[in-house]
Amino acid sequence: MTDYDAIVIGAGHNGLICAAYLARSGKRVLVLEASDSVGGLAATREFHPGFRTSVAHAISQFSAKIARDLDLSTHGYTPGEAMATVGLDEAGNHVILKGSTVSGVGPDDTAEFIAFRRMMQRYSDVLKPFSLKTIPHIGKNSFSDIATFAQMGLKLRLLGKEDMQELLRIMALPARDLMDEKFDSGLLKSLLSWDGLIGSKQAPRSPNHTVLSMLYRMIGDHGGDPAIPAGGIDSLISALAEAVMAAGAEIRTSTPVERIKIDGGEKGLSATGVVLADGKIITAEKIISAADPKRTFLDLVGVDNLEIGFTNRIQRLHSDGYVAKLHLALSGLPDFTGLESPDGRMIIAPELDVIEFAYDDAKYGGLPEHPVMEIVIPTLKNASLAPDGQHVLSAHVMYVPHDLKGGWTAAARDQLCERVIDTIARYAPGIRQQILHQELLTPYDIAQSYNVTGGHWHHVEFTLFQMMMMRPTYEAAQYTTPISGLYLASAGCHPGGGLMGGPGHNAAHEILK
Amino acid sequence: MTKSDPFAGERLKHSPFHPRQAALNLRNAWSSWNGTQFADYYYDAEYEYFCIRNSCATYDICPMQKYEISGTDAEAMLDRMVTRDVTKLKENRVTYVCWCTDAGRMVDDGTIFKLGPDRFMLTCGSPSLAWLRKCTYGYKHLTVTDISDTLAGLSFQGPTTCEVLKKMGLMDIETLKPFGIMHFPFGSGSLMVSRTGFTGDLGYELWVQTDLALALWDALYDAGEDYGIQPYGEAATNMARLEAGFIMPGMEFNEALKTVHFHHDQTPFELGLDWLVDFKKARFNGRSALLIERERGPEYTLIKLDIEGNKPAEGSYLYRNKRCTKQIGYVTSAMWSPVVKANIALAMVKTKHLGENIWAEIYYEKELRQNSKVAKCTLQKKPFWAPPRARATPPQPF
Repeated sequence: MTDYDAIVIGAGHNGLICAAYLARSGKRVLVLEASDSVGGLAATREFHPGFRTSVAHAISQFSAKIARDLDLSTHGYTPGEAMATVGLDEAGNHVILKGSTVSGVGPDDTAEFIAFRRMMQRYSDVLKPFSLKTIPHIGKNSFSDIATFAQMGLKLRLLGKEDMQELLRIMALPARDLMDEKFDSGLLKSLLSWDGLIGSKQAPRSPNHTVLSMLYRMIGDHGGDPAIPAGGIDSLISALAEAVMAAGAEIRTSTPVERIKIDGGEKGLSATGVVLADGKIITAEKIISAADPKRTFLDLVGVDNLEIGFTNRIQRLHSDGYVAKLHLALSGLPDFTGLESPDGRMIIAPELDVIEFAYDDAKYGGLPEHPVMEIVIPTLKNASLAPDGQHVLSAHVMYVPHDLKGGWTAAARDQLCERVIDTIARYAPGIRQQILHQELLTPYDIAQSYNVTGGHWHHVEFTLFQMMMMRPTYEAAQYTTPISGLYLASAGCHPGGGLMGGPGHNAAHEILK
Repeated sequence: MTKSDPFAGERLKHSPFHPRQAALNLRNAWSSWNGTQFADYYYDAEYEYFCIRNSCATYDICPMQKYEISGTDAEAMLDRMVTRDVTKLKENRVTYVCWCTDAGRMVDDGTIFKLGPDRFMLTCGSPSLAWLRKCTYGYKHLTVTDISDTLAGLSFQGPTTCEVLKKMGLMDIETLKPFGIMHFPFGSGSLMVSRTGFTGDLGYELWVQTDLALALWDALYDAGEDYGIQPYGEAATNMARLEAGFIMPGMEFNEALKTVHFHHDQTPFELGLDWLVDFKKARFNGRSALLIERERGPEYTLIKLDIEGNKPAEGSYLYRNKRCTKQIGYVTSAMWSPVVKANIALAMVKTKHLGENIWAEIYYEKELRQNSKVAKCTLQKKPFWAPPRARATPPQPF
């Protein structure tokens, strides 16, 4: 008799979702989390006395089905309202996107935007049904596998000839090409490309990735517009944790797993438990890792237990994080030139070239001369994150390399932090006087504090060759692994990163099959 | 100023034994192996073959690839890479191994020498650094050194070899068992002798640092003068190994990493290497694929054939009917075996037809006229040539 039916490693949102589904179907489930709180990159923590925030600061595609299935509303989760995306302009001539409306650009761009948005929504609708589905193995040819592929083909074909041709044409196109074809406003081009680029080591001129990432974002409730739940990101995480416990599962924080216990028999290898840092072994029928694939296989499983080709495919996964996180504790609400209220998602990226050059600096291991970023003020949605009348500013800063040339010294951190604040101050001139405390988390810091390889949000980069049945790699793309009893449920699996929940949901589905 | 050689990178390297071998290569019959100039034969392939079988002969194995793998993770790395249990290998012993891709297709075969608790030498036919780099990823306490150009190897094969080595002064060499290793002081360094080879006969492989290669050659040829010592090349090797039933890359198997077409490579089961695949080991590369293969049975099986008549069945198709309409396989290597006095072949046959009649369609040339014949084949279970003297310890004196 094993100690549990299933052990989930990692209490990020995917781990929690998987655990909740398993527990609701009657399994005895234990969730083990290395850090002292649940939520992974979405965990809310105090970064300055009285000021709290999370690395993930908005949600764009959390699955409504998962919220329903797990009764998250009864546990305190209410999906947020769509936020506007604001392209900041130093003079205050901002470009603002919300749903299918745009302001701050000329009539041609407006008309083109409406058509573009409709087109992208049609394409996104093609992908949508597959985000909560296991993408089949190639070559297994079971009935359900063929049915899934047939459904994909049919969905594509039903787009009609012109739409289908256009989708195939733009799918791997660099953002830059697509934007230059359609729009004039530099700021609009940056805004529309942003969601295809953020989180990854890809720039506007990089092929193979951006358009698909944009489409993935648009799968969400608000067609890709970000939202913050009524009670903040924390309300989603605490609702998930409550759902897990209400279903009878157990969550243990501050309990890092040293390695996954793998036993060998005549039939091959199977995962039979986990070994904790103190040497204690906890056994279970099934081990589900919500840690990223590199950490799972190379650290927790160990190459001894893996085949050589497989090991090398995991090793070469693209997983370099390129986003730093800035947290500011502010004495008041910052005033952005020409903006009534900073209650949207504000983007500083005046031109596609500014994004491209920031990437160029980072890809050779340097700091961006002109950082580009996405800013939200989470305290506007959840005032409890800061003392009365005070605020938190949260910014994702691109592009910042995990492996900085010369290493992440205190001086390098300070230099970047000052540069980012200087950049923000150009749009919110009084902000320096409001800063009570500043914190910059580099991708290296994120990797260390959150146990995520490379500090990569999505665990495994979103690129054509790491998507669908190749995510993270074949033989591990259906939530099962070459080791019997070991499953994956992390952002490194289809459909991937962001606060979406698909991997956790799909993994549970496979495990319960 | 000397003009630079525009073909510098293309020129064949010389083996450390080259000065002596070039002098004896009366026919200038050179080919190459891994970029080293290499004798196809020296005087006459059949003569050299008879030296292997009746006296003694040397074969240059310097172009063979040699890797020293050392460190506390060396054994674990090799044990995961090859299908055989390396943890059972004792110090100063050699074992024949093969290794496969994840899909259980054979990458190569070779030998592992255990030279110390954490020190091994891996030998194989083709350069394998890229593969080894993949195999070693994730092991921290391990170094792989390509010693192909610093360690010279000379294979010394034939019934009088032990006698010659004794005469050369290698004390107690007659006590060395098959697959054993002994070390002797030699010149300014040392000589390693392993009782290994690729001829199915009594034989040894001699290993020294390259700077001692010529001294080794001279000492060996001095001692072997009265024992019919002679260098042999690729052609005679191929005859001897076929009689012994040993497989050759590019003949019996296609290295998986160099195979383009799906399943035009082989599994160990197809090659009759079942005995190398140790399922008692829970972990080795290709295990799960090979487990499935073992249960399902291999698609092809490598077999030994005794073919009627005396026309070598080189390149022949095999059929299950005399009319040659139902093809079941193909010959991989064939020859008239002088020592067995039989027309022998190795062949790949679809496993499901193994119990049936096998006919070979043989094409041959007679004074410029092309002829063909259909010959009946008989399955042979044992190696064509496996004399007791190959394994006798001590070997028979001469």
